Order: sequence, then structure tokens, then C-alpha cells
Amino acid sequence: SNRRRPALTAEPIPSSLDRAAVSCNALFRTAGTRLVGGKTRRDAPNTATPHKRAIRTPQSQIIINVVFVDRSGQRIPVKAKVGDNALHLAHKHGIDLEGACEASLACSTCHVYVSDAFYDKLPEPDEREEDMLDMAPLLQENSRLGCQVILTPELDGIELTLPKITRNFYVDGHKPASH
Amino acid sequence: MSAYCSRWTLRFLNRLCVSGLAKTNNKHVQHFSSQTSPSVQVCIVGSGPAGFYTAQHLLKSHKGIHVDIFEKLPVPFGLVRFGVAPDHPEVKNVINTFTQTAHLERCEFFGNVTIGSDITMEELKMAYHAVILCYGAEGSRSLGVPGEKLSGVYSAKDFVGWYNGLPANKDLNPDLSSDAVVILGQGNVALDVARILLSPVELLKKTDITQASLDSVAASKIKRVVIVGRRGPLQVACTIKELREMVNLPGTKPVLDRRDFEGIKDALKDIARPRKRLTELLMKVAMEEPSGRDAERWAAASQEWSLRFLRSPIKILPTADGKKVAGIRFAVTTLEGSGENAKAVLTGQEEEVSCGLIVSSIGYKSLPIDDGVPFDETQGVIPNDMGRVCQTPGLYCSGWVKRGPTGVIATTMNDSFETARCVLEDIDSRVLDCSMAKPGHHALRGLLEKRGVTPVSFSGWEKIDALEVTRGDEIGKPREKLLDVQEMLQLARA
Repeated sequence: SNRRRPALTAEPIPSSLDRAAVSCNALFRTAGTRLVGGKTRRDAPNTATPHKRAIRTPQSQIIINVVFVDRSGQRIPVKAKVGDNALHLAHKHGIDLEGACEASLACSTCHVYVSDAFYDKLPEPDEREEDMLDMAPLLQENSRLGCQVILTPELDGIELTLPKITRNFYVDGHKPASH
Repeated sequence: MSAYCSRWTLRFLNRLCVSGLAKTNNKHVQHFSSQTSPSVQVCIVGSGPAGFYTAQHLLKSHKGIHVDIFEKLPVPFGLVRFGVAPDHPEVKNVINTFTQTAHLERCEFFGNVTIGSDITMEELKMAYHAVILCYGAEGSRSLGVPGEKLSGVYSAKDFVGWYNGLPANKDLNPDLSSDAVVILGQGNVALDVARILLSPVELLKKTDITQASLDSVAASKIKRVVIVGRRGPLQVACTIKELREMVNLPGTKPVLDRRDFEGIKDALKDIARPRKRLTELLMKVAMEEPSGRDAERWAAASQEWSLRFLRSPIKILPTADGKKVAGIRFAVTTLEGSGENAKAVLTGQEEEVSCGLIVSSIGYKSLPIDDGVPFDETQGVIPNDMGRVCQTPGLYCSGWVKRGPTGVIATTMNDSFETARCVLEDIDSRVLDCSMAKPGHHALRGLLEKRGVTPVSFSGWEKIDALEVTRGDEIGKPREKLLDVQEMLQLARA
């Protein structure tokens, strides 16, 4: 799809907290202004601002079902809180999803496949996530970075599959030949 | 049998009692009928991502394994500390995971120990059930052209080591006073070097770049950085994140020749997504008019960087007094074949570029560690099958020394997990005989003492870490790295 993105600012964002805030902002921005329960931002003037996590709002009480499929194919159903991200959720349940850069869009180790029924319910990845996905081995149409999958009530039932790690893979998916 | 071995044997034999291995849910669970002292001693050589990820996987999967990590320097983490660019701090977050691994009871760190000289591979093999070589690539590929040794020509490995505080490069002192720099190679390391040379000082001074190199870069007169590759735009080895950083770099303007991109558009149709997106960005910069903000920035830019294609270095040209670099002569090439396997062939034409600094970024290279370990000089790797060293039971390898010096931390992570899985399989299938206990580091302490080597423990590193962070705090940086090994050792022992 042909998404128009604003030019990235030139200043680097130094902390992973700022990055998390940016990705959270992206979620709210691209998902539109519709909040859970059908209320729009206009109708809910007291709602928390985007970069504050939904700790004080009712949404955080909502529990949804998520299924992880680990690298051996084993299905692991877990409960998740709305607002959590899939990487933290995986860690909470001992699922071996690495997050080397700790959710700061600087690696691809939390690469997961999103079940087809739910892929389109996620907001589109921003350019930085796409850049990191380019580096993930075994990239598929339904690939996302787990740290960017923020759980919302409409994702109840989502399945996240960990890619099988195989030998002989390189940054861009081929075996370099000497030249 | 040495005296150490038999003294130790008596102590350990009556503590060991292993009732066997059981596999449940793909996890290896070892049952002990008496004390839970680890019965599988594993040694890892090298404390970068390969070493730590291999250790992590082993320790998580098997509760009877004890891992000792040996590192040549007093400080751990390898290229995460000395290779990743200062302005990429998020990439270094992986240090937190490594620190957790190092803090595990069944893991011990021994810094300041050089395997191959302080301890031999033979001594390691006697002390451990399995030895895993993760020592990476400390050499560089050489250009093989005349003039390579002139003053002002550096390998990217040394240049990056200089601004990242690698003790061996602390006195590199490159001359940054000329206005033109040529970087050979178009991978991510080449772009890192270009970006550090051209970044605004206001941004760099908040990173963990060494103060000495920051001052040097701040005082530099560089106006132009030319990044040269032997092949074309479809073969650049860098990735899109790094290219985007260059395109968006404040105070600079990209210079790409649109002629290099004629015919490229058609080639895009069938290529893989990462290459496609990367090439689309290159083409956009080369052929489209910049948007408002970019146009303003480029018009006001005092520095420029360019990508030059189809140029292969044949000679580095000296100044009149023959002492320093004055320029470089290239052979113009053309491509035979297409895609990743296209080859550069000479056309007979040549071209010269003046410059006062050349950084050669054509690849790192591993070195052999010991005569007893097989080494493939051509490929620059230890011959292996999925990490099992060929014809050498009990010996394994992970990371760049296993598969060659390319890829990011994530690639090494997967590779290390593969080696760890092979080690676990071999324990399980008794290919590795763990029924005979091994002494691990207890056998080595006496040897090290006799040889005047004092290892640095992980808590010794944490003292160095604390001082670096404190020093950095004083000047608004995440840390100010210690550059001197003796200073590190004194602090670690305090």
C-alpha cells in the first residue's frame, strides 16, 4: 500500500521510553480517534492523553485472549491486558521471544507472524518498523514486530506465531557470494 | 595427570551423582539425586553477543550446565561496546540481557584472560566438557593495493575502535583536517563512519563517543565524504535504516548521480522486499526533487556525502614527500550478471580522487587462535557444521568466527542459539561424555596465578562500569569510557 509518511525528524530519539511513546502515539494516530466503546475523542474530553499509558482508564481492566505459537508449534494461550504489548506479554509468560533492543525499533528479534484474521486490525507499521522488518529472516506478508503489537479489545483471539529459526540466513535473506 | 587434577578429582567425585537426563516438552531437565552442583562444565571464549547468547541458551535449557566466559579485555560485550555506533544506543540495550546472564549463579566471567597465550586450548579442553569459540573477527581484510600503509589510511575496524574507545586504538589520532574523505565499501560500517564524521557535534556530544575523538571530529574540516563501491546500486551492502539516517543527517546533503540509476527501475520488479525498499530510497534521493524541508536543508548544507559506484581501488597516491595519502586511483568497472551475484569487471578506464583520509571498510576478518584449532584461511572461519568444529569433538563455535563477519546482533543471536542446540543435543546423546566430571575454572586458577594473570570478575567490570557512568554524568554523556587497560585493571581490583 502507498502510505504517505511525514519526513522523519533528523534529531535522533535517544531513549527507548521516548520511542515507546512515539509508537504509542502512532497507534492512536493511525487507528483514528475512535476509542473503545465507540466513543470518539470529542465525546470523551477527560480521556488520558495518548502518551500516558491506559493505567487510569477503564480499558486497562479489559482482559483479552492471546495465543502464542512457539517455535516448536506448541500453542500457548494466555490472558493479556489491553494496552500491553506482545513482547512484554510473551516475557511475562516465559515464551522465548527475544527483545534485544527492548522495544526501541532497533532490532528484529521480536519478529512474529500475526494470524490472518487479525493482521488488518492492527494499525499499519510505521516506516521504522518496516525498516527493521526488512532485516528479519523468513519475512512474510503477515510479519510484525511483537513490541509494536499493542493489544486492544478487538484483538481478542489473536494468534502470534514465532518464526522457526533455520540455518544459513543473512541480513537480507540470501547467502552472500564472493565477488 | 597433573597434581591439580587429582586434588580436585577427590573433592568433586564424592559430590557428583547424576541420575540421567529426561526430556519433557522440548526442554532438557537433568535430575540430581544429591546436591545440585552443575555437572557439565562449558567454556566460552569471547564475551560479545555470540558468547553471551550461546551462554544464555545453554543456561536456560539445561540446569546442570555451568558456563565460564573468558574475555581477552578486562571489559565484556565485544562489538556491542566497541562496534555499535555511539549514536545507536538502543542497539546496546542487549547489554541488559547479557548482564542478567552474567549474574546467574551458574555463569562466571573471567576478563583479562587471553586464550591461546595465558591459557592454551589444550588446557581448556582438559578442564571443560565443551569449549565454544566465540571470539569474533579482530582483523581486517586488506585492500592489497600499493600505498595501503601510508599515513592517513585506516581500516574501518580501527577507525570505529578509535571513536568507540577500544584500548588498542586509543592512540590512532587520525588527521581530520583535509576537506575530502574517501570510504571504501558501502556496508553499514562504512555509513557509520561517514555519519560520525559528519554528525553535528551537538548530537554526538550526548553519546558515549570518546571525548578525544569527539574533540577531533568537532575540530575537523571535512566537507565531502565519498563512499565508494566496486559494484552498483543494487549491490550496496548497507541496510535501509542506516541509509535513511544519512539522507536525514542535519547539515548535510546527499549527492547521488542519477545516471547510476538508469535502468534500475525495471530490475526492481522481481526482487525481495528489503532490497526493493532500499533501492527505492536510493532512487528517490538520486532522481526526485527534495521536498520542502529537505530542499531547505540541502541548500543550506555545508557538508556533503556521496555514493560512487563501479569503482575499484588500484593504488593509493602519496603526497609529494611520500609520507601521507593525497588521493586514490580507481579502475572503473562494469557489471557482469545481475542481482546479488553480479561481478565487477574492469573496463580499462581509470579515475583519480583527491583526499586526505581513506577509511577502508571492506570487511572484518577472523584470525586463528591456536594451532590445535582448524582454521580456513580462505574463508576466514573455523570449519564447522552448524557450530560443531570439524573433526574436533568437544569444540564448537558461534558468531562471526563460525559464519563470517557479516550480519547484525540478531543474526548472531540466532546463530548462537543454533550452536547451543547442537551442544545440548550432544550432551543428550552422549556424544559429549559428561559422565566424567571436569574441574572447570578450578583447574585454571593456579595456572593463571603462576603466569601472573589476574582475571577480572563481572563485579570487577561493574566497578569500571560505575566509574564510566559517573564520569559521563559529569559531562552529559551516558558514559565516558576508560581507554587504558592498566587503569581498568587497577579499578577492578580495588
